[in-house]
Amino acid sequence: MRNPAGERTSKVWLIGGFAFLYLPILTLIVLSFNASPLVTTWAGFSFKWYGELVRDTVIIEGFLLSLKIALMTATASVLLGTFAAVALTKFPRFTGRTFFSGMVNSPLVMPEVIIGLSLLLTLVSLQRLTEDLFGTGWPDRGTFTIWIGHTLLGMAYATVVITSRLREMNPQLEEAALDLGAKPWQVFFLVTLPLISQALASAWLLSFTLSLDDVVLSAFLSGPGSTTLPIAIFSRARLGLNPTVNAVATLTVLVVSIGVVAASLWMARLERKRAREMAAAMKT
Amino acid sequence: MTTPSQIHWLDALVARLGRKFVIGVPMVFLLLVFALPFLVVFKISVSESDGVRFVDLLTWADGILQLKVRFSNYLYILFEDALYLEAYLSSIKYAALTTVICLAIGYPFAYFLARSPADIRPGLLMLVMLPFWTSFLLRVYAWKMLLADSGVFNNIALAMGLIDEPIKMMYTPFSLTLGMVYTYLPFMVLPLYANLVKMDIRLLEAARDLGATPWQAFWRITVPLSKGGIVAGALLVFIPCVGEFVIPELLGGPQTLMIGRVLWDEFFANNDWPMAASVAVVMVLLIIVPLALFNKYQAEQSAGGRA
Repeated sequence: MRNPAGERTSKVWLIGGFAFLYLPILTLIVLSFNASPLVTTWAGFSFKWYGELVRDTVIIEGFLLSLKIALMTATASVLLGTFAAVALTKFPRFTGRTFFSGMVNSPLVMPEVIIGLSLLLTLVSLQRLTEDLFGTGWPDRGTFTIWIGHTLLGMAYATVVITSRLREMNPQLEEAALDLGAKPWQVFFLVTLPLISQALASAWLLSFTLSLDDVVLSAFLSGPGSTTLPIAIFSRARLGLNPTVNAVATLTVLVVSIGVVAASLWMARLERKRAREMAAAMKT
Repeated sequence: MTTPSQIHWLDALVARLGRKFVIGVPMVFLLLVFALPFLVVFKISVSESDGVRFVDLLTWADGILQLKVRFSNYLYILFEDALYLEAYLSSIKYAALTTVICLAIGYPFAYFLARSPADIRPGLLMLVMLPFWTSFLLRVYAWKMLLADSGVFNNIALAMGLIDEPIKMMYTPFSLTLGMVYTYLPFMVLPLYANLVKMDIRLLEAARDLGATPWQAFWRITVPLSKGGIVAGALLVFIPCVGEFVIPELLGGPQTLMIGRVLWDEFFANNDWPMAASVAVVMVLLIIVPLALFNKYQAEQSAGGRA
C-alpha cells in the first residue's frame, strides 16, 4: 500500500525529530571551536579551549575520579543485575518476589533527588551509629558512597537489559544441557552466560555511561574533595555559558559515539556468527 | 528431562544454595540501599534536630518509654507556607505537560520508525539511542547556548533582521518545558517503538479490506493495540519529571517552581535535613500511584515473556 503523501509525512517527521535530537549536540561541537570567550559569538576557528582543558586540574581530576567510579559501578551493576535477572526469570516463585521486582524497577523512574537524599541520610545515620559504637565513623562521604548510589541505579538498568535477553533465549538449549548431564551451575556458566554475553556487554556500557554522567546522586553522596566530572561541569553550567564545558562536551560526544558505534558493530558481528553456528548445529 | 531423584544429593544442595545466593545477594543489597533508606527518611522527617544530631524517636526516661514524633514539618508544608504546595502543583503541571508533548511528538516518530524500511531501521534506532548515551547534562546545557538572549537562535534571527531585539526564551516556562521534552523524548519513543514494531500488519490489511480508511484503522486498531507502549512511555516520562532537578536548575527561572529544586535547597542551602526529608516523603506519596502502575507494567512485561 503505497501512499506518497503518507511517506512524505513520515520522512519529514523523522527528519524533524532527529534534527531536534541532534541540533543541541551539533551546536555544542561547533561552538567548542569558537575562539571567542563569549561562547555564542563566533570569532574564528580555534583549538584554544582544548588547550585550556589540559591545564584544567579540576576537570582532569574530576574525569579521573568519574572514570574510576564508572568502572566500579559498571562491574558491580552487571554482577548484581545478572543475579537479579536470573532470579526474576528462572525462579517464578520465591518469598518477596513482587517486592523484589518492585525494588529493582523503581530506581528506573524514581526522581534522583529522592534516591540521593534517602541514601545519604541512611549513610550518615550509619556513620553516626558506627561512631557511637566503635569510635570511628564509617563510611565517609566520597568515592565509596557515590559508588553505592550509582550501582543502585546501574543495577536497575542492567537488570532490565539482561532480563529481556534471558526471556528471548531458547530454553531448550539449557534443557538440552541438563539432559546431557550438566549440573545447573555448569549450564549457567557454559550455556547461559555465553548466550547472554552481548546483553552483559550492553548492560556494562549502559551503567558505565550512566555513572559517568550522573549529577544528582553524586552531589548528595560526595564529600569534600570528591568532585566528579559532572559535578564540576554542573557548577560551571549553573553560572552561565563556559567555553571549556563545550570542549569537554565535544570530547565526550566523540568518545561515546565511537564507543557505541564500534560496540554495536562488534555485537552485530557476534550475533551473525552465533546465528550461523546455531544454524549449523541445528542441521547436524 | 532429568527428574530430581536423578540428581545427586550434593548437586541438589549446591543448586538450592545457588538459588538462595542468586536471590539473596541482590535482595539484601536492595533492602539495604533502597528500602531501608525510605524508612530512614520517614524517621528523620518526623525527628527533632538540634542542629547536629537527630533526637531519637524512642527515649527511655524515668521509667517511661517516650515516642516523640513531630509532624510540624508536614503541617508547615501543607498549611503554613504556600510555596511548597505551589511547587508540588507546578511540578505535576510541568511533568504532565512534558508527557503530553512527548507523546504527541514521540508517537508519530515511533510509528514512522517502526514502519521504516527494515534495512535502515537498525541505523535509525541507533540514532535514537545515541543521544541517550551521550551526557544528559551536556545536552541540557546545550539548550542554554541556543536559547540565551545572546544565544544562537536570537543571534541568527537578529542577523537576518527577523527581530529587532532578542526574544527572552531562557529561564522561562518555555525553556524548561523544551528541555524536559528534549531529555525525555527517547524514553517515550523507545517503548512505543518496541510495541509498534511487533504489531501484526495483517490486522491493518484486514481493516482496510473491510472498508476502514487508514485514519480509522489507525485510531481503532493501532492505537488500542499500542496502549501498553503508551502507558509505559508516559510513566517513564512523567514520574522522573515530577522530581526533576537538573533541568529546572539550568533552564528554569523564577516563574518555574519545581519541587526537586525546593528539596535541593532545603538540603544544600538551608541545611534543614528534616524538612528536606519531609518534602521527599510528600513527593513519594505524589508519585506512588504512577510508580505502582509502572511496577505492574514491568512485572507483566517480564511475566509475559515468550508470547
